[in-house]
Amino acid sequence: MNRTGKLAVIGDNDSALAFRAVGAEVFAADSPAEAERTLTELKKGGYAVVFITEDLAAGMEAVLRELKTAAYPVVIPIPGIAGSNGYGLKNVKKDVEKAVGVDIVFNTDAHKAGEKQ
Amino acid sequence: MARLAVNPTRMELRRLKDRLKTAARGHKLLKDKSDEMVRQFLGFVRENKRLREEIESDLSAALRRFMLAKSLFPTPDIEQTFSLPAVSLLIKSNVKNVMGVNVPDLRIEKLSDGTPLPYAMAATSGDMDDAVLGLSALLEKLLALAEIEKTCNMLADEIEKNRRRVNALEYIMIPQLNETIRYIVMKLDENERGDLTRLMKVKSMLEKGNGADK
Repeated sequence: MNRTGKLAVIGDNDSALAFRAVGAEVFAADSPAEAERTLTELKKGGYAVVFITEDLAAGMEAVLRELKTAAYPVVIPIPGIAGSNGYGLKNVKKDVEKAVGVDIVFNTDAHKAGEKQ
Repeated sequence: MARLAVNPTRMELRRLKDRLKTAARGHKLLKDKSDEMVRQFLGFVRENKRLREEIESDLSAALRRFMLAKSLFPTPDIEQTFSLPAVSLLIKSNVKNVMGVNVPDLRIEKLSDGTPLPYAMAATSGDMDDAVLGLSALLEKLLALAEIEKTCNMLADEIEKNRRRVNALEYIMIPQLNETIRYIVMKLDENERGDLTRLMKVKSMLEKGNGADK
């Protein structure tokens, strides 16, 4: 399968504007519910990648989980203008727990951090 | 463990033995697949974590710079400046195969022709240029993150599914088949012993009858 897709960003006004400057299609959303509606629209629109700012993504977990199992669209949380709130890393951690049963990637780091102290 | 509801016949026995062989083979293959998937997954997920941490700090910094540059101008002006992006971003989205899972393979197709700054220089400051260029440079990394994070999502899902299959074979299917095969073998042996004693009994009765006749 060889095709091209577009890049979309859903975020608050300020973060969205920044991405518009680099050529992404941006959709401003002020609440998770609004972002959810936008995302439903985008699913039909041939977007390959959708970045969603973390604070919005945290509020629409159910929808995001549904999209996890298919290859496209790739929906990924990114930190917004306010910085990261750890939601993205939490998801990575969840993946590890799902696949291995226990979190071995992050635990080892916590262990190392403990050793340093 | 409950045994299957089948007739205790030789044909059934042979059929079940074949099924057991297939199940055992499938179980071994799936288990190997599971091991390899977890191994690959761990590699991906470490990379994912590294990339995400890197991007989270870089992107926050880039966005902050953009905000600062933006704050020097009135909002309507800025909105207008960026309302018509001269840069169009296309992503080549292929599918690649990782352990039988179709995961996305993303590449930036074309960023723009000419300048990466999609606005008039007069209306903005040099800080703005820096911020936008910084963000542009981050895009490639962002896509790499998108690709690897999705790969991790899908692999994790597949590993979970595969584990269920392995467990179903190991703890349900194979014990059931073993139990049923044992049951049939017992039943057949018992029938054979029954036949044998009956024959011996008949023979001795016949011999007794013959002796009485003479």
